[in-house]
Amino acid sequence: MIDRRMLLNIDWTLLLMVFGIAAWGLVTVYSATHGRLETHLEELYLKQLYWFIAGLVLMVSVSLLDYQLLSRAAYPLLTLGILLLVVVFVAGRAASGARRWLVLGPLSFQPSEVVKVFVVLSIARYFTDTHREGGLRFRDLLPPLFMVIVPFALIAKQPDLGTALVLFFVACTLIFASGFPLKILLSLMGGSLIALPIGWTFLKDYQKVRVITLLNPDFDPLGAGYHSWQSKIAIGSGGFWGKGLLAGTQSGLNFLPEKHTDFIFAVFAEEWGFIGTSALMVLYLVLVLRGISIAYSSRDRLGALIATGLVAMLSVYILFNIGMTVGLTPVVGLPLPLFSYGGSSMLATMVAIGLLLNIRMRRFLYS
Amino acid sequence: MPQRSHSNPNEETRRRLRLLMAGLVLGFVIMLLRLWYLQVIEGERFAALSENNRIRSIPQRDIRGQIVDRYGKVLVDNRTSFTLSVLPEETPKLDLLIPRLKDQLPIRWDELEPKLKHPYAYRTIQLLKDLTREQVAYVAEHRWDLPGVFLDVEHVRHYMYGELSAHTLGYIGEINEDQLKDAREHGYRMGDYIGQSGVEKLYERELRGLKGAREVEVDAIGRELQLVQEREPGPGMNLVLTLDLGLQQLVEDEMAGQAGAVVVMDPRNGEILAMVSKPSYDPNLFVTGISVTNWMRFLKDPRKPLQNRAIQAQYPPGSTYKIIMAVAGLEEGLITPKTTVHCNGFFPFGNRVFKDWRKGGHGPVNVHSALVQSCDVFFYTLGHRLGIDTIARYAKGFGLGLPSGYDPLEKPGLVPSTAWKRQARGEPWYPGETISAAIGQGYNLVTPMQLLNVISAVANGGVRYRPHIVKRLESPDGKLIQEFGPERLGEVPARPETLRLVQQALFGVVNEPRGTGWRGRHEQVNIGGKTGTVQVISNSPKGDRLPERFRDHGWFVAFAPVENPQLAIVILGEHGGRGGSTYAPIARKIVEHYFKLPPTPPPQSPAVVQRPIVRPPVAATSFVPQPTTAQ
Repeated sequence: MIDRRMLLNIDWTLLLMVFGIAAWGLVTVYSATHGRLETHLEELYLKQLYWFIAGLVLMVSVSLLDYQLLSRAAYPLLTLGILLLVVVFVAGRAASGARRWLVLGPLSFQPSEVVKVFVVLSIARYFTDTHREGGLRFRDLLPPLFMVIVPFALIAKQPDLGTALVLFFVACTLIFASGFPLKILLSLMGGSLIALPIGWTFLKDYQKVRVITLLNPDFDPLGAGYHSWQSKIAIGSGGFWGKGLLAGTQSGLNFLPEKHTDFIFAVFAEEWGFIGTSALMVLYLVLVLRGISIAYSSRDRLGALIATGLVAMLSVYILFNIGMTVGLTPVVGLPLPLFSYGGSSMLATMVAIGLLLNIRMRRFLYS
Repeated sequence: MPQRSHSNPNEETRRRLRLLMAGLVLGFVIMLLRLWYLQVIEGERFAALSENNRIRSIPQRDIRGQIVDRYGKVLVDNRTSFTLSVLPEETPKLDLLIPRLKDQLPIRWDELEPKLKHPYAYRTIQLLKDLTREQVAYVAEHRWDLPGVFLDVEHVRHYMYGELSAHTLGYIGEINEDQLKDAREHGYRMGDYIGQSGVEKLYERELRGLKGAREVEVDAIGRELQLVQEREPGPGMNLVLTLDLGLQQLVEDEMAGQAGAVVVMDPRNGEILAMVSKPSYDPNLFVTGISVTNWMRFLKDPRKPLQNRAIQAQYPPGSTYKIIMAVAGLEEGLITPKTTVHCNGFFPFGNRVFKDWRKGGHGPVNVHSALVQSCDVFFYTLGHRLGIDTIARYAKGFGLGLPSGYDPLEKPGLVPSTAWKRQARGEPWYPGETISAAIGQGYNLVTPMQLLNVISAVANGGVRYRPHIVKRLESPDGKLIQEFGPERLGEVPARPETLRLVQQALFGVVNEPRGTGWRGRHEQVNIGGKTGTVQVISNSPKGDRLPERFRDHGWFVAFAPVENPQLAIVILGEHGGRGGSTYAPIARKIVEHYFKLPPTPPPQSPAVVQRPIVRPPVAATSFVPQPTTAQ
């Protein structure tokens, strides 16, 4: 199974970025949980380390299993994932108003995290199998749309707007990358612009408030915009050089909410300044560009599409999370991959990295 | 070998991948530009903001001045009070916390529930105010089991004697929006405590101290982490009252369980020595914010415990009004001391008959014996001849119908006149109404404080002083800042010989065989007084058979010693029956206490022989002839 050529093609650049980002993330989780206040969270950086190690194991395992084989199971896997989402919907554990978790004995996990990957696999598989003389037609778009809309609706209903949003962007990117005729895509876009106001009515009040707060950031900075405002203060006050490790007052004094999870970038930015944030952005950029390059040089269409979907997924997380902390996108609860504290996110990201390695390693293999 | 279409991504996909890459790079560049803007261009502004974020100025309640009685005994002070609060974000599980506190502390969880349900709206939630020593000890002992729960200390007002003198001292409470409008420029802020009634309100400016402030480094949920700077709260001025705690206590005890008011004043200068209004309340209930339950209980109580009856309750003056009638008659020249009216128990007027309180009447009476025996027919006759407007002129001359100037919250009372009736009721004055007005019934209304001023002016020879309760303002270290002496408001329209005659008659009320106030007689001090009865329902039968709320109100006004008055007293008892019989002994006790005489039982029967008044050769008080100016 393991070919020598595969080992030669391990993407060290990608791995280097992963280690670099995760290590920096660990330091920041430590800093965010060791302020001047007791937080009862002092052990979290260790847990995060364990999650990363578990993620590495998972990454290696995923990279070993040929993605060609894996994609054959794409549709059954997606079906299973949707079933799990239904189970969550019926019997999941609620935390802070949302049902996202499935509890199995001592373990609990979010099916939405794995479903994302299954959707990528399924859509990639579909566009690999489907081709037509004279280009694809509109009705060829219906199966992939169906593949994404069912999990999208279930996840949005949890409600987990962030993950649903990721799914939406990933699907769009995949359809775009598949070479689908632009004419059809553009008319679809026009249609959705009309549909947008209708979708607005389906948003929950707090979600509407978040969008309004985004569009008008000075709207009620102590109320709905509190998170966003405090986050901007944290980032801005970091200045060019940063306040130094463990010296952030915004995070140290608990002004930042969710400071070790969704808003960890703000903690990081406060302590490391523009020097740190620009360096981290470069690491992330290299990571995703590396992903694009893997897609570009993949040996087949399937690998290219899977890689594109995964890159889209990672990029949406990165850009939306940072965009949220700097006040450019709405406050949707999306973690920063490899950086934010959280097991599910870490494992899902490492699976994606594993798949990217998988595709890269096999670019010269022909079955 | 894979099929051609399965091999390398086709050209179109590659083209689009390049587009995607460009989009990605663009996204990252936008983020970097934004970071550059936030961290470098706006960095200093945000740095300042983050500095403000962590330094918070926490105001501290000022230390209000002490209030002491005329002998320096402390009536109102400050004490430390502990408040128990919880930070929901610091408490892992409120559900676990509640049972731990429930059994030990009387926390109203049901009232707190809405706050606990939405903990984000309330960063800290106050659980219990003003903990007892034991409760503080319990919390301190178990603090490790109570994460997120903490104690706050502050100075709060302490009314040493609870209900004693509550209306006079007043209470403090959180400033309301109306008050804030005017007080903002004086540095008051939302949540400050301010005097809401009594002396606390009258002397708010002086009592109020300097608010302190603690500049502390805080976290987002307001927890204090480190003290950066502190300005200690400063104390306010101390008030020395004219009140005599011992006398006040005596009167409070005498009035226990009743509804009514008693005020004791020095007629020589207007200093209030005791002021009691019953039923009372405990002002300590207000010091950390009164609970809704208690507040509603006060508001709904039909006995109105919050009302200061001495200045805010108005009653018909009853027979005490005969003092003013006698003055008016003598001054107007309608009667002389020798003018006699034959009283056979009733006074026919038009088609009505006005009865005397005494069946069969008093026989021939002059103004002296009419006052002594409180003969109604004499004053019916006099009132009819004076007319209501002349009566009103004299009543106003004695300060009735206007607040006495003690407190802005006073009620003005009512002096009826033809002009008043036309204006207020739109009806003409009926002569028959003058007859009942002549004995202080009908439309007449006075506050106990106003009646006190009447008897005080009679006692001191005709001077109306502004009643006041504050003797001195002192700085926190005891230095005199301001002294409040007597303030003359004017003179009553009566010649000295008229007043002397009235004084002698009032002495007779207490000391003559047929005097109605004989229960107030004292062997060693010459007391003068006048009884009064206010019918709550007309033609009420006498005695205790009537339900309490229909029984008569009783008045007793008194002064002593007659030859050199140092005390003026007014007593009003609601539904207490006849004034003379019930309240004269209280006046007697007040006099006894004031002159430090050994307590003696009140007399069991009227005097058999009249005692002469021994007047000192030169009057110590101002028996200066005053011009009689009719007002």
